[in-house]
Amino acid sequence: MARRTQDRGSASIAGLRRKQLIDIYYYLQLTRQVEQALANLYRQNKILGGLYRSLGQEATAVGSAFALRRATDGTGDVVAPAIRNLGALFVMGAAPVDVMMQYMAKAGSPTRGREQNLHFTDLDRGWIGLISHLGIMIEVMSGVALSFRLRGTDRVALTWTGDGAASTGAFHEGFNLAAVQRAPLVVIVENNGYAYSTPTRRQTAAESFVVRAPAYGVYADECDGNDVLAVYEMTRKAVAHARSGRGAALLEVKTYRRLGHAEHDDQRYVPPGELEAWQARDPITSFEEGAVSAGWLQERDLERVRTKVLKEVDAARETAEASPLPGAEEALAETLGGEHARLPWTRRTPPDPHATG
Amino acid sequence: MVTATDRKATRTERPDHVRSTELGKPVTLLEAIREALWEELERDPDVFLMGEDIGAYGGAFKVTDGFLEAFGPDRIIDTPISEAGFTGAAAGAAHMGMRPVVEMQFMDFVSCAYEPLTNYIATSRWRGSGPLPLVVRGPVGGGVRGGPFHSQNPEMAFFHTPGLKIVYPCTPRDAKGLLKAAIRDDDPVLFFEHKKLYRAPFLRETLAPDAAIEVIGRARLHRAGDRLTVITYGMMVHESARAAEILASDGIEIEIIDLRTLLPLDEDAIIESVKKTGRALIVHEDTRTGGLAGELAMRISERAFEWLDAPILRVTALDTPVPYSPPLEDYFLPQTDDIVKAVRYMVSY
Repeated sequence: MARRTQDRGSASIAGLRRKQLIDIYYYLQLTRQVEQALANLYRQNKILGGLYRSLGQEATAVGSAFALRRATDGTGDVVAPAIRNLGALFVMGAAPVDVMMQYMAKAGSPTRGREQNLHFTDLDRGWIGLISHLGIMIEVMSGVALSFRLRGTDRVALTWTGDGAASTGAFHEGFNLAAVQRAPLVVIVENNGYAYSTPTRRQTAAESFVVRAPAYGVYADECDGNDVLAVYEMTRKAVAHARSGRGAALLEVKTYRRLGHAEHDDQRYVPPGELEAWQARDPITSFEEGAVSAGWLQERDLERVRTKVLKEVDAARETAEASPLPGAEEALAETLGGEHARLPWTRRTPPDPHATG
Repeated sequence: MVTATDRKATRTERPDHVRSTELGKPVTLLEAIREALWEELERDPDVFLMGEDIGAYGGAFKVTDGFLEAFGPDRIIDTPISEAGFTGAAAGAAHMGMRPVVEMQFMDFVSCAYEPLTNYIATSRWRGSGPLPLVVRGPVGGGVRGGPFHSQNPEMAFFHTPGLKIVYPCTPRDAKGLLKAAIRDDDPVLFFEHKKLYRAPFLRETLAPDAAIEVIGRARLHRAGDRLTVITYGMMVHESARAAEILASDGIEIEIIDLRTLLPLDEDAIIESVKKTGRALIVHEDTRTGGLAGELAMRISERAFEWLDAPILRVTALDTPVPYSPPLEDYFLPQTDDIVKAVRYMVSY
């Protein structure tokens, strides 16, 4: 059975220096403030697609990504975020302006307007953008992890899945392959209570997701997803396990999605009182209170971070808003590479039959 | 035994069953494919194979017979039964710069991997997530009494997906040259091997040990003629060639274009031939509705309508699943006689 992470008292400082605690707080705040800025842009109709926020579950993404080996030259660990793991992208080195331009369909976005939200990739900094189909990133990341083992490196692949995506066949096929191949893959099931409107009890008859771990024959652990330091500590141990060649790990965090599936969702399916109960367990407030009362950080440290974040988010928003929309031809480029980069059937008008050739 | 941690090209002691070309002996389609895989594994340490029963058993058709012993379990990976899982994993390994070649034990099962192939793999380059150099290969086709789930030609389920390449060779030379090209290609390639041609003795040919790799996206003139162009691929190239012999005895010389690559189509080769002969007959083993013939007819109409002396026609399988019992399957599949009749009608139009 899964082992319980120790209580926060002993897990907390666990190898983290003051500077790292400030970094963690910075990423938590950056995630929340970028999403708040995106919500404002959404209300101004400047975001064309859906907006998916992680309010109340920022600690999961930030704490777990913080346990990874980060690099900027394609030699570090690699993650594939799920849609509510914006915080992980920031930890890995994503720029807020890129995220905003992705949402606003701008020419300057990493996908040059072809794709949206967190659907973008940076292999140098170590992340692979998700697609909308759930579960598939576990298959893809099992192959990333497999390549690390085949090449004899000690890199680790990590991805997250919601309670909903854990129901897919892709979850099973991908994770089982990684388990059998003893590939260094860490999967975190982020149980946030709902998949769109469907509660967890309609996804699984089991009491948790981590109970599946023994069935796959892998390392397991679980913790409170709203406790960023517990998530960090749990992930750090699992990553060390995977890095040392002992194979895949299945982790679970319990957290809560305090907003709807996307910004349009009015959450009419949520029973009364539930939102308030989880608001009282806000991961950022908890971190602030814990850090100050334990004496790790001072209130003025926190204030300095908040000021810095707001300034950065403002600057990113201004740059993103000023960026133009892409030229229409961007739609065509690079469906295939080489001589087929521009396919003949992407012509808008019929060919002239009298043209030579 | 070699492990994948030796990141160098490997020169193996080749067993006899992959040395035919080296020894100047003719090879079957299957042997050509086996040689291509072996030589690419030797050449590039980033190439590795995944699939069901490809290691210890050597594959359901023995394509990878002896590979496990030579290359080890980290390069010849027996997977759980999970076509979507290992195809998705191939994408992940390809993201990291490896060149996975995955085998569908029968291409009928590629439907299980439709999701990763069409949504994830085909779109990756366009989405800015980088090219995915991977090959999905396996046996296709009927005429072997395999029934509805071991006889399919699933190319058109993928033809509609921008971002994939589809290769379907019908000779040992093309199979070897195009499979090598597919493995070296930076884009994902579906590689179809007709199981009835795997060991067909009439296809045996001697290949040059240093033959150039073929180019994906180029059709091949299989037979020259002036009265009509048959545009086809796979086993139907050989069926059309048999029809051409019968027709030639009556003085009707038809041209046969073997597409070899279905995506991207070699449109220029098709148009050039149709402009020369003025008649286009499309033959495919795949079923009729939504088959490649529809797309080819449209392209000919767009670019060569005024050169046509007869309607564009097609000879295809029937719109049913592939039946098992011989009289049923033979009725289902296009036969030489069907092609002969269609040609006679068209040349007298």
